[in-house]
Amino acid sequence: MKAAVIVFPGSNCDRDMAVALRQAGADVTMVWHKDASLPVGLDLVAVPGGFSFGDYLRCGAIAAQSPVCQAVVAHAGRGGYVLGVCNGFQVLTETGLLPGALMRNAGLRFVCRTEGLRVSTTASAFTAAYAAGAAINLPVAHHDGNYFADADTLGRLIGEDRVAFRYVTNPNGSVDDIAGVLSENRRVLGMMPHPERAVDPAHGGTDGAALFTGLISAMVEA
Amino acid sequence: MKAIVHVMLKQGVLDPQGEAVRHALGTLGFEGVEAVRQGKVVELDLAGSDRAAAEAQVAEMCEKLLANTVIESYRVEIA
Repeated sequence: MKAAVIVFPGSNCDRDMAVALRQAGADVTMVWHKDASLPVGLDLVAVPGGFSFGDYLRCGAIAAQSPVCQAVVAHAGRGGYVLGVCNGFQVLTETGLLPGALMRNAGLRFVCRTEGLRVSTTASAFTAAYAAGAAINLPVAHHDGNYFADADTLGRLIGEDRVAFRYVTNPNGSVDDIAGVLSENRRVLGMMPHPERAVDPAHGGTDGAALFTGLISAMVEA
Repeated sequence: MKAIVHVMLKQGVLDPQGEAVRHALGTLGFEGVEAVRQGKVVELDLAGSDRAAAEAQVAEMCEKLLANTVIESYRVEIA
């Protein structure tokens, strides 16, 4: 299983993401944002957390226009898997691969703590390894994680069972407590919490590990 | 030619920063401020003198980058 982790100026969870993917059995390549193409035969692209381009203009807006993001959009268009975490989720909404937008936290504060989540659907390779409705704990660390989608989009997300995770206690004002959403083909996931920061007992929890192992076993079987 | 782009959160999208500013104004004793909306202004210096072409070009820039039309609206002034 071949995965790539995109590195932007200002990414800071790229190596954590690579460690989590390798631990789950992936062959990982780091890809610099100026590269206009992705490695051949890639199964998964991970867009990591951080502050790409200093969050200038809007979080993820400049990164979404970088050469590599055009390649990521093409990869998703071919049915490839894409995982965006935190700033990566912001980038994916800015590219249009995922609906909605991530706004300033309703409480205006940067929120950095472990949050309780519910797995809202297990009908995706990302969430298949969790039990339906499972309660898990993952770290969040963001200033702009307030997920917004208009009423029509929200209705479609819920109707199509595309909400992957919800917060137990909403930390940022996200509509319908949404912490992560799936694309229409269920192969692109964006989420604000950090599963890659919860894959080793030394992290204080391992609830993120099932996302990576489940994803990779789904791809190996395919 | 100069283009001035005003980007604001759409009506109906909650603006927590504007709300915080409104509270602070109240704390300073400014009464009667019923709402505050905060946005941003982008100034562009453009080559050329075709006003209509500039308007069309800047509108495209707004759609592609300067505004996120999921949550923001924009207004362009050509000066």
